[in-house]
Amino acid sequence: MRLTELYQQPLTAILAEHPYIEDFITSFGLTITANNSSLEHYLDQLNPDFLEDLGLSREQLQRSLDDFLNGMLALRKPLDRVESLTIIGGRNKSGEAEHVELTLQPGEVTCIVGPTGSGKSRLLADIEWVAQGDTPTGRKILINDQIPDSQWRFSTEHKLVAQLSQNMNFVMDLTAEEFIQMHAESRLVTNPQEKVAQILEQANMLAGEQFRPDTPVTALSGGQSRALMIADMAFLSKSPIALIDEIENAGIDRKKALNLLIREEKIVLMATHDPILALMGDRRLVIKNGGIAKVITANEAERCNLQRLEEMDNQLMALRNRIRSGETLEQL
Amino acid sequence: MRFLTVSGPPSSGKTSVILRVIEALQQRQRKIGVVKFDCLLTDDDALYAKKGVMVKKGLSGALCPDHYFVSNIEACVTWGKENDCEYLISESAGLCNRCSPHINDITAICVIDNLSGVNTPRKIGPMLKSADIVVITKGDIVSQAEREVFASRVKQVNPGAVIMNINGITGQGAFELTSLFEAASNIDTLKGKTLRFSMPAALCSYCLGETRIGEEYQTGNVRKMEMEDKQ
Repeated sequence: MRLTELYQQPLTAILAEHPYIEDFITSFGLTITANNSSLEHYLDQLNPDFLEDLGLSREQLQRSLDDFLNGMLALRKPLDRVESLTIIGGRNKSGEAEHVELTLQPGEVTCIVGPTGSGKSRLLADIEWVAQGDTPTGRKILINDQIPDSQWRFSTEHKLVAQLSQNMNFVMDLTAEEFIQMHAESRLVTNPQEKVAQILEQANMLAGEQFRPDTPVTALSGGQSRALMIADMAFLSKSPIALIDEIENAGIDRKKALNLLIREEKIVLMATHDPILALMGDRRLVIKNGGIAKVITANEAERCNLQRLEEMDNQLMALRNRIRSGETLEQL
Repeated sequence: MRFLTVSGPPSSGKTSVILRVIEALQQRQRKIGVVKFDCLLTDDDALYAKKGVMVKKGLSGALCPDHYFVSNIEACVTWGKENDCEYLISESAGLCNRCSPHINDITAICVIDNLSGVNTPRKIGPMLKSADIVVITKGDIVSQAEREVFASRVKQVNPGAVIMNINGITGQGAFELTSLFEAASNIDTLKGKTLRFSMPAALCSYCLGETRIGEEYQTGNVRKMEMEDKQ
C-alpha cells in the first residue's frame, strides 16, 4: 500500500492492521484511539502548543512517521538470503598484500586466531561494515558473490552481524521470559510466545544449571547468561552472521552451543584459542600484523586428535566436579 | 570548513566518540577544531588539546546551557574558520532533554548509550529525534538482544536517522563514522541559519535571581501542575 493512501484510512482499520503505529505515537508522549477519522486528521488536530511542550512539531512528527512506516513496510519484505560471504584480501599493517580470497557459507564455522592487537577486531569490523576497499586494510566483502547493497551498513533491522562476547552482560530489569518477549516484539515476529518457549528450552539445555522463566536476567549466572544469549541469537536474531569472541570459559556446553548456531544456518566466525573449539571449526584464519597470514583447513589428523582432546577435556571436567563436591585429588 | 554538532545526555560517551573520530581524521591529515560546551566544569578540553587539535571551552555557569550555546556558536564557527580548521565539532550535553543544539543544514549527531535504559530514547526530545546520525555507545558490555531492542527504540523515535554502534574505548566503528563526517555540510558562517527546534522558554522571577518560594514571588512565565485528580 502507498503511504498517501494509508493516511486517508480510518484509524480503526489502520491501528488494527499496523498495531506498531500506536506504539510509535505513544513513544512521543501522545495518545491515539481508534475511531473513524483518518490518520491525517489525527495529525491535523494535534495542538501545536502541546506538541511544542513535547519537543515536537507537526512537520517533524509527520516526517518521522513517514520514515517509520516506510521502514516497517520494508521489514515485511523478505530479505535476500545470504548464501555466501566472500572476503577478498587487502593488506597488512606493513602494506603487504594478503593474497586471500575466502568464501564462507551458512553452517560453516571459521575460527580467527592470533595474539591481542594482531587485527582480529579489524577483520570482524571489515565484515560488519561490508568493507569495499574503504577501510585501512583495503579488504573487500562480497555477499552472494556480489557487491552488497549499502543497506547492510546502516539498517538496524537488517544487521549483517550479531555479536557475542565474554564481556557482555544483561542490564535490563526484566525476567528471562519478559526479556525474550520484548526482543521478539521489537523484531515483529508473528509468534512471540512460541519463540519464548523455544529459546528458554534451548538455553536451559546449554546451561550447566537450569533457570526458570521468571528468573530476572540480571540474576542469571555467567553460564546461564551466555546460554540465553546464544539461544536468543540462534532463534531471534535475523543477522546471518554470528561473531563470537572467546566463549571458552563461559561455563556452557560449547559443542551444543556451536551446533545450535550451525543448525540455524549461521555463518559463524569465532575468535578463540581453545583447541577443542578451534578443531571444531572448518578452517582457521591466522592473523598477524593486521593481515590474514595463513588459512589452515582442519585435516584428518587434526580431526582424529579432536576426539583425544575431548577425552582430556572430559577428564578435567570430572576432576572439576570432584572438587565441587568436596573430594580430594590425591588419586587422579 | 565542515561543521558538525554533537550532543547527548551526560556521560553517554560524546567526548570518547569525538576523540576516536579525531584520531581517524588525523590519519587523513585533517586540521580539526573542537568547541566544548559545559556548565560548571570540564577537563575535556585538555584531552582534546593532547590530541593536538584546536580547542575552545565554554562554560555556561548560571545561564541555561543551550541558550548559552546558541548565543555563542556563531562566533565559534568564525574562530574555527579564522584558524583554517577543515573540521569544527561542537560538543554539548542536552541537560534537560528538551533542548537541542541542532541547526538546520548542519550535520547533527546525538550520542546515547545502551546502559541508559530502553525507555530513554522516548524521554529525549529534539536532540535525539531531530538528529541526522545517532551514535549508540557501550554496546560491548550489553547483550546482543539488548542492543537490538535499544536500537529499535531509537529507530522508533527517529526513523530517518543513520544509527551506528561505536565503541568509545577501542574505537570500533569510529572509522566508519568518520566517513560520514567527511560528508558533512561545508560552511563559512552560521549567519542566517536557524535552530532545528526552538529552545524551551523560561522568563520568570526565578530566571532573574529570585530564591524565595511562594505564590507571591512568582511572576512572568509560570506554569502550574494539575493537582486535582481527574474523574
